[in-house]
Amino acid sequence: MTTDSIKWFGYSSPQTFFPLAGRIARICAVLAVVFGVAGLYTGLFVAPTDATQGEVYRVIFIHVPAAWMSMFLYVVMAFWAAVGLSFNTRLSFLMARALAPTGALFTFIALWTGSLWGKPTWGTWWVWDARLTSELILLFLYFGFIALQASIDERRRADRAGAVLAIVGVVNIPIIYYSVKWWNTLHQGASVSFTKAPSMAATMFTGMILMALCFWMYSIAVALTRVRCEIAENP
Amino acid sequence: MILTASRTLVRRDLLLALRRRSDVATALLFFIIVASLFPLGIGAEPNLLRSIAPGVIWVAALLSSMLSLSRLFAGDHADGTLEQLVLGAAPLGVVVASKTLAHWLVSGLPLVLIAPLIALQYDVAAELYGVLAVSLLLGTPILSIIGAIGAALTLGLRGGGVLLSLLVLPLYVPVLILGAGAVEMAGAGLSPSGQLLLLGAMLIVAAVFAPWATAAALRISLE
Repeated sequence: MTTDSIKWFGYSSPQTFFPLAGRIARICAVLAVVFGVAGLYTGLFVAPTDATQGEVYRVIFIHVPAAWMSMFLYVVMAFWAAVGLSFNTRLSFLMARALAPTGALFTFIALWTGSLWGKPTWGTWWVWDARLTSELILLFLYFGFIALQASIDERRRADRAGAVLAIVGVVNIPIIYYSVKWWNTLHQGASVSFTKAPSMAATMFTGMILMALCFWMYSIAVALTRVRCEIAENP
Repeated sequence: MILTASRTLVRRDLLLALRRRSDVATALLFFIIVASLFPLGIGAEPNLLRSIAPGVIWVAALLSSMLSLSRLFAGDHADGTLEQLVLGAAPLGVVVASKTLAHWLVSGLPLVLIAPLIALQYDVAAELYGVLAVSLLLGTPILSIIGAIGAALTLGLRGGGVLLSLLVLPLYVPVLILGAGAVEMAGAGLSPSGQLLLLGAMLIVAAVFAPWATAAALRISLE
């Protein structure tokens, strides 16, 4: 391999990746704290009170970034699964495996904070809104992936079976989303929509972006640490 | 060659099912029993029954077809036939598609045929029977095709049945929505063609791509 190109496949070996992952994880953990403090400060103290919703709206600083991450992490997971199946690299499967619990966590947080917001605003913990329903199904998909890997003892089969499931899942997510959306409009359920929200103050947007960066860094740090634990367990 | 292999496999699987008729009957009885439980739990108010009928029939069909999924590869896996099929000359995707077709003929088609009887119990208007039958005819093959991926992934695992439902049921959501939605649209006096066309499109896409995912999953499970 020439010196000027990045050693893509060099770092695909768990042994060389282990120290690199440690360094990246440490940097990302620090950044997550920095972004988190800045984001929470902006969200809780700097951002103005919403004219219609009052203080309740501040849950979006957790809720919206968590919902973004929940969907994004599934795609990243499926990407690593596809890389693993194509190049037969064990590290890619480890990445997919390490991302799943974090993705499920963010999906759960998005649902949970959503219902905390929904109770005072909509007057109910849960509505069968298209976004809520598809987020719930996304949580089931994460659980399916984790459960499948947990129930196969043989590592190689567990990794590959999980990879096939993740790819099938990622193909299905848009179909599920649109079918649920259509089902909801058909039923004429609660006609409350996120999309009709009034235009957002700049500080609110900054707070949300900072929190999104915080969750992003947190996901990288936690996933890489989990990969390091997996490598240390079966080198 | 491929067509011959496919035909032979379908005939063989149908013959096997014919020799073990109780398996087929069990899934069908399950469908009828689940559908009959809802009025007992919810109450037999005719208007209510009429409005929940499409959903109940579709959910019962979903559960029933899922229950019979684990049999799709389990028998052949236990006696070693599956390994021979994987090693054989016919492409594994074709083998999988043929087995799935046979599975649907045995477990899905009876549901389509018995569904009007359930609809009768729920006092569904007679003009909706056609839409219900068409939606099931288009939808139940998708259940078998997608379910085959789950069946291949969970092949020979402990607690495979429960795990299979966890993997497969979220993927069944669009079929449930479109299938039950078509009947509801027709019930509301609107044209159900949108839902039925989408179901047809999903059937075609699933039939083309899913067998290859199932084949990959089978290779992983058997290696």
